[in-house]
Amino acid sequence: MSDIMVDIQHLSFSRGDNLIYDGMSMQVRRGKVTAIMGPSGIGKTTLLKLIGGQLKPDNGKILFDGQDIPALSRADLYQARKKMSMLFQSGALFTEMSVFDNVAFPIREHTRLPESLIRTIVLMKLESVGLRGARDLMPAELSGGMARRAALARAIALDPELIMYDEPFAGQDPISMGVIVRLIKELNNALGLTSIVVSHDVTEVMSIADYVYVVAEKKVIGHGTPEQLRQDKSELVQQFLKGEADGAVPFHYRANAYEDDLMESVR
Amino acid sequence: MISDKLQKLGRSTIDNVAGFGRSGLMLFGALVGKPDFRKGFPLFIKQLYVIGVLSLLIIVVSGLFIGMVLALQGYTVLVKFGAEGMLGPLVALSLLRELGPVVTALLFAGRAGSALTAEIGLMKATEQLSGMEMMAVDPLRRIIAPRFWAGVVSMPLLALVFNAVGILGGHLIGVDWLGVDAGSYWSTMQANVDLYQDVLNGVIKSFVFAVIVIWIALHKGYDAIPTSEGISRATTQTVVTASLTVLGFDFILTALMFGG
Amino acid sequence: MTTRKIEILVGTFIVLAVAAFLMLALKVANAGVSGSGESYVLYAKFENIGGLKVRSPIKVGGVVVGRVASIDLDTVYYTPVVKMEINEQYSNFPETSSVAILTSGLLGEQYLGLQPGFIDETVEILADGDSIQDTRSAIVLEELIGQFLFNRGN
Repeated sequence: MSDIMVDIQHLSFSRGDNLIYDGMSMQVRRGKVTAIMGPSGIGKTTLLKLIGGQLKPDNGKILFDGQDIPALSRADLYQARKKMSMLFQSGALFTEMSVFDNVAFPIREHTRLPESLIRTIVLMKLESVGLRGARDLMPAELSGGMARRAALARAIALDPELIMYDEPFAGQDPISMGVIVRLIKELNNALGLTSIVVSHDVTEVMSIADYVYVVAEKKVIGHGTPEQLRQDKSELVQQFLKGEADGAVPFHYRANAYEDDLMESVR
Repeated sequence: MISDKLQKLGRSTIDNVAGFGRSGLMLFGALVGKPDFRKGFPLFIKQLYVIGVLSLLIIVVSGLFIGMVLALQGYTVLVKFGAEGMLGPLVALSLLRELGPVVTALLFAGRAGSALTAEIGLMKATEQLSGMEMMAVDPLRRIIAPRFWAGVVSMPLLALVFNAVGILGGHLIGVDWLGVDAGSYWSTMQANVDLYQDVLNGVIKSFVFAVIVIWIALHKGYDAIPTSEGISRATTQTVVTASLTVLGFDFILTALMFGG
Repeated sequence: MTTRKIEILVGTFIVLAVAAFLMLALKVANAGVSGSGESYVLYAKFENIGGLKVRSPIKVGGVVVGRVASIDLDTVYYTPVVKMEINEQYSNFPETSSVAILTSGLLGEQYLGLQPGFIDETVEILADGDSIQDTRSAIVLEELIGQFLFNRGN
């Protein structure tokens, strides 16, 4: 078993004419929390979808546990997906099922366990995210933070090897943010999971990540452990970590020269 | 100017053809392959309830009223020729051949079709479909296929109920209110209605309409732009496109079955 | 619980639909005579078929015994040939039988009236594929009026 769980090599991806990644490479180590940071709008969610095989890259390899995801057949891809799981930003709970049934869903789909055993597993998973008491609620009755935790319970229902968090901290109050930070850390250590966290919340990510990639301008601009990254010489990385408004990453979306645009109507 | 218009026409043609292709792929992905009855059957039953049973009320009520109106209108014309005995076949044939399948399809598009589009569009917008895919469950099989089959099964059944209720409604007005002889209402009907020619052709029509409506509804939802206005537009498009396609196909099928 | 309720309602829906179909088949379409049973074929040539159509009923004394299967034109004499499908249970018509194209009421539809003929030793029973010789064509209103005017002139 190799030490590297996900190995992305020279990945290029474009949406329409818009190039999103240009020859990007990164490695995710087994059993570690790897964070991918970057300003919003650089396609971090896209990266997770590429790893999950929901999108196909234009070029490059995405090795998951030694298998090249884009080259897999449909059946093999579905097999590979059973080993990974993803926590969506919205939680993506099934709205017509209760929390209990949501967590039971992947177990019922992929195993033929008796209902009594499923119940035990679901209650264990819900207990680990602190929502055992909320099992009969419908997703619409949950707060944002609770929905995300319920979704997390569902994501770990089948004990995956890899779990990908899409912006787990976005839009959370400080307390539920703290809860989720703790959960990610605990789950990673207790279950021996490999975690990929995509986020732009610098402080939280720096506190839990073992290794950080900073992505901007279609490629990796800096990587290392949080300590190494703080020492990084790159202007871009420093701007991002310190949260300065303008700098190497421009404040303005690319546009024609300001004067030309304003004078357009006069001409 | 003209080149702009041409470009627009070309773009919309390409978009339409691409959309049609995607809808075909969707249906192919949903229906082709080994079905799993153990998991699929309860889902199918659930959808039969959502799509079929919940549409029953609107179908029964409209069927009753349309049958009653047909009898009333038909009577006022037929009585001028002293031919009110032909009221039975008039009501029965109008319903069986045309109104039953068509009105059922239109109501179905409005009631179940729009609901399906909105439901699937919302599932897409809230990443439920993506989430399912990441859990290694194919949403085409889990979400699309049971809804498709339930729709295709329920619509002909709904049309049959519509026809039966409509004919009873015609009886209510024609016989009980306007005083047409009950014996002649039924016997002229029996003499003029044929099981294969009229009843079964109507069922075939309704089956074709079911495929059209449900396919359009599912595709519009699955292909919807995952925003609130995208979904509302998709829902409107479902009703409009499905209704127009049904009417178009009705003409073609009628020409094939009863014309010539 | 809820699953049970759903299943019961779906069951009711199916029963309702089957009942509707049975009503349409038996009460509305009267599936008994309309070709679902065994039948045999007879032919008849007419001068003029008037408004007779495929699937028009064939009646004996007002009772429907079969339906018109097809209407074609004889390629030699250019007279219409009507193919009749008669129910197997009425298979004893002698070759002296006659058919006429009649109208039910003044404005009603046209049908074939079959009149069974006499039977003696020389007369054979019509079998599948035989033709009825004695036919009477449809009455065409214009011809009738023409005759009436012609007679008055005398």
